[in-house]
Amino acid sequence: MIDLLQQFGRGWIVLFERLGRAHLFLFQVLLGIPSLFVRLFLLTKQLYSTGVMTLLIILVSGLFVGMVLALQGYNSLVRFGAEEALGQFVALVLFRELAPVLTALLFAGRAGSAMTSEIGLMKATEQLAGLEMMAVDPFKRIYAPRLLAGFIVVPALTAMFGTVAILGGHLVGVEMLGVDAGAYWSQMQSEVSFRYDVLSGMLKALVFGFVICWIAIFEGADCIPTSEGVSSATTHTVVYSSLAVLGLDFVLTALMF
Amino acid sequence: MRLAGKSGQTGTLGAGHLSMSNVITSEQNTVPLVKIQDLHFQRGSKQIFSGIDMEIPKGQITTIMGPSGTGKTTLLKLIGGQLKPSNGSIEVEGQNVPKLSRSALYTLRKRMGMLFQSGALLTDFNVFDNVAFPLREHTTLPESLIRHLVLMRLHAVGLRGARDLYPAELSGGMARRVALARALILDPMMIMYDEPFTGQDPISMGVLLELIKTVNSALGITSIIVSHDLLESMSISDYVVIISDGRVVEAGSPDALRASESEWVQQFLNGTADGPVPFQLDAPDYRLDLLGAKSGASQYSADNS
Repeated sequence: MIDLLQQFGRGWIVLFERLGRAHLFLFQVLLGIPSLFVRLFLLTKQLYSTGVMTLLIILVSGLFVGMVLALQGYNSLVRFGAEEALGQFVALVLFRELAPVLTALLFAGRAGSAMTSEIGLMKATEQLAGLEMMAVDPFKRIYAPRLLAGFIVVPALTAMFGTVAILGGHLVGVEMLGVDAGAYWSQMQSEVSFRYDVLSGMLKALVFGFVICWIAIFEGADCIPTSEGVSSATTHTVVYSSLAVLGLDFVLTALMF
Repeated sequence: MRLAGKSGQTGTLGAGHLSMSNVITSEQNTVPLVKIQDLHFQRGSKQIFSGIDMEIPKGQITTIMGPSGTGKTTLLKLIGGQLKPSNGSIEVEGQNVPKLSRSALYTLRKRMGMLFQSGALLTDFNVFDNVAFPLREHTTLPESLIRHLVLMRLHAVGLRGARDLYPAELSGGMARRVALARALILDPMMIMYDEPFTGQDPISMGVLLELIKTVNSALGITSIIVSHDLLESMSISDYVVIISDGRVVEAGSPDALRASESEWVQQFLNGTADGPVPFQLDAPDYRLDLLGAKSGASQYSADNS
């Protein structure tokens, strides 16, 4: 019994110690961000590798999510003769919830895991130690560009996900199921508030992007420098990021709407 | 920034391309560049160093030797400020490394080179960009000048022809030579080599030995080598330090060590299996162990008993 209690207590201590380390790490990364404004090429490289390289999966997923939403929404709305509200339904569900959450989950799986494994491998192959010994600060050169890139890229990807999904909804709802095109767009335009719905979704995306990149970078930098350690850190990134996104989504939704 | 100039024709291994401006003086032979006093360091519950005192002379090649796990690489990391000791001081050119601020430490590191066992080359960059990296990070030199400097350094290590290759395309020996070129590019006052000869074929080893020797004599750099390769290391060293059990066992010139009567030194130099460093680790009584004492039994056997 005492052993069990000891293990339980030790687990909590380890957890809080790691959380503390993660916060100190974040603080140092944030201090490195101003240096990026004079070395923009570091940021643009990361914008490309985290943003552009994730674009395809985001666009394809967005298209299918929009099509599925339109199908499901139409089947429900048509029972009440309200199929003309399909555009409003698709847009609200997307911008408030699905676009930021699904984009964040896809980003965590594609770019977050890549960030962790890249940094973890740099650690395992002594590249990070090599940088430090060349008087190059990894916080400025490696971590800060990735954090800032994620912060910028996730809202942009969310906007693209939402846009393509609405077009997917149009494809199914209007072109296939025969909903009136004017009704689809006008209902959306009149009932969806840019400030209240769209910007709220973007704010969620900003928070998600920041948290995912923080987790991904920290897991990579803090991993055990072996192949098993890097693999485990990559798994942690996807799991923790996904849980953080879903948990934060609830909190943000409760606060915003 | 102090930059090495091209001098004369290409000598053996491109030595002619290393600056001859720094000639080792008698003062360099006596003044310590690195001074370690009462160094204590522990990792977890394991005490790695318990009160080490050591001086590394300026402008010479010093080799640190000792059995595996004695903390030779850790010592290099402590000198480079990558680790902090629990007690004691490590002075490099009069600056106490553990007490330096981050910016002061980085300023000092610009004058220290380190050659990692793996080379630690940046895998996204080719050989040329790897060697140019410190210059691009720390100077505002024009690309044309950077190109000249990089090619000079690559020529000195015999790899000017490999400038477009990526680290994955290099052999272990080549990777270390590229790493040496990179370590030299900022014209450091000292270079630390972590196991530079491990896993090298005789030719690569000979090349590395010659390069370390040439770099040291031509540039007047202080070299600190951590190595297991006794004969090779001692052949180029001016000074050898043997550490074990968290302390310095013996230090002196290679000849002095060979003549040492210390049992420990003789065991290490002759590679004897048993001696002051025992063959068997501390363990329970062998007979009792075989008769079934449970200590050390694997979980598998315990589960299946």
